[in-house]
Amino acid sequence: MSKQTFDLSAQSLRELNSALHALKGQTNQTAWDIVNPRGSHAIAAGLDAPLDVTVHGSTGYYCAGMNKHATVRIKGSAGPGVAQNMMSGAVIIDGDASQYAGATGRGGLLVIKGNASSRCGISMKGIDIVVHGNIGHMSAFMAQSGNLVVLGNAGDALGDSLYEARMFVRGTVKSLGADCIEKQMRPEHYELLEDLLRRGEAEGKAKPEEFRRYGSARKLYNFNIDNADAY
Amino acid sequence: MCGIVGLFIKDPALEPKLGELLTDMLITMTDRGPDSAGIAIYSRPDDGLAKITVQSANPSADFATLDKDLKEAIGKPVALKVKSTHAVIELPMNQVEAARSALAHLCPDVRVMSAGDSLEIYKEVGLPKDVAARFDLAKMKGTHGIGHTRMATESAVTTLGAHPFSTGSDQCLVHNGSLSNHNSLRRKLAREGIQTATQNDTEVGAAYLTWKMREGATLGEALESTIDDIDGFFTFVVGTKDGFGVIRDPIACKPAVMAETDQYVAFGSEYRALVNLPGIDNARVWEPEPSTVYFWNH
Repeated sequence: MSKQTFDLSAQSLRELNSALHALKGQTNQTAWDIVNPRGSHAIAAGLDAPLDVTVHGSTGYYCAGMNKHATVRIKGSAGPGVAQNMMSGAVIIDGDASQYAGATGRGGLLVIKGNASSRCGISMKGIDIVVHGNIGHMSAFMAQSGNLVVLGNAGDALGDSLYEARMFVRGTVKSLGADCIEKQMRPEHYELLEDLLRRGEAEGKAKPEEFRRYGSARKLYNFNIDNADAY
Repeated sequence: MCGIVGLFIKDPALEPKLGELLTDMLITMTDRGPDSAGIAIYSRPDDGLAKITVQSANPSADFATLDKDLKEAIGKPVALKVKSTHAVIELPMNQVEAARSALAHLCPDVRVMSAGDSLEIYKEVGLPKDVAARFDLAKMKGTHGIGHTRMATESAVTTLGAHPFSTGSDQCLVHNGSLSNHNSLRRKLAREGIQTATQNDTEVGAAYLTWKMREGATLGEALESTIDDIDGFFTFVVGTKDGFGVIRDPIACKPAVMAETDQYVAFGSEYRALVNLPGIDNARVWEPEPSTVYFWNH
């Protein structure tokens, strides 16, 4: 196995992503260091191989979007839409994430060691997200499945109009969105959380019993004729 | 989409580099707004002199004898510095209103970009790098400045539709977003005696702040009240003679990132705009919260 270093101040973003996209299935070039990212957009987006990519610095829009199989580590903060529509693999951010982190993600694990801003996990469809800090307003809006774990606090309208995603928040929730309610923590949830905290590199930072669970009241699933006037 | 950059200098040693740093930030934001670009620069005022920045579509004709004509009209000394389509008129502090009335009469096609004692505004259609070169922005010194790259949505791509907008003495505002209630607010402000020059939504945002501050609000209070009174999407960055402020609407979908060191406070629509600032790797970098006022004063 050889370690590849790619300097974004010397070569273009397109050259980087072309090189990474050329690696499919089995490859010996599995470890990549990307230096001088300087907030560029779409770094390591669309990966489709079991690579281990480390970005040394902060990234712009859509870093590691549509990720499949790869592990992408960001040694800085991430701009909007990080790990958007992730399919599998992992994205681990040392700093903060801007709006709609992990949006529409279908699988894999997103770890944010700082704070996430608004709309974290919006329309998530199976991704697991672990945020060590706080999350902003409208997070998990219309979330369909997957788990969102927050060690800090959640902003306004958490889980508005959500379907079957689970949210676990350790701190305060500023307000719950429409049809989102607190639910009882059952043994299987403690077990699930323990695993998520371990995989989310938050073991030792929080214990499963410190969290509250939120989910859908399932009242918006079917059209209610009494609400006709509201439309 | 639009791009915003802003830099508020805390360490006077950096003041000579304000134009250079801000120009680099502005050009980085070209792909967020290639239609037009503009910059507002605040510098330490010369004693007793006010400045009016004016713009003309026909500068060689309009600016040829403007200093002499204006001097004759107001009966006070006037100095004129022409920079491409813009010119800065320097005159005694208490002569600004007299000069503005005289200007409207002498050359009705000349537009006032800004007036005050420390602010100059330069803006034009075209790529940010071309606009910056045209006005030699990189050579400007100052205490704080704001720049904008425009991708037009609410009004035409014209010089007057470009940002920053200035609707009060030494005040300016740039905006990323679009306002929904600007027509009704424009009428309300007109009744309060605050006039706007264009049909642009952002100018109404600027005029709103001018009105609030005229009524006694501080910059911080005026920014706070935008949350209740202005409808639409906005990230505003504003400048006053000695201050610099930021506010985002409650939805906060227009991007913003800020950085602070002992030397400066910087604003960018994206982190990319900040990467060449000195000491950025050790700066405190954060995303401003929605509905939250941030401001700094000298």
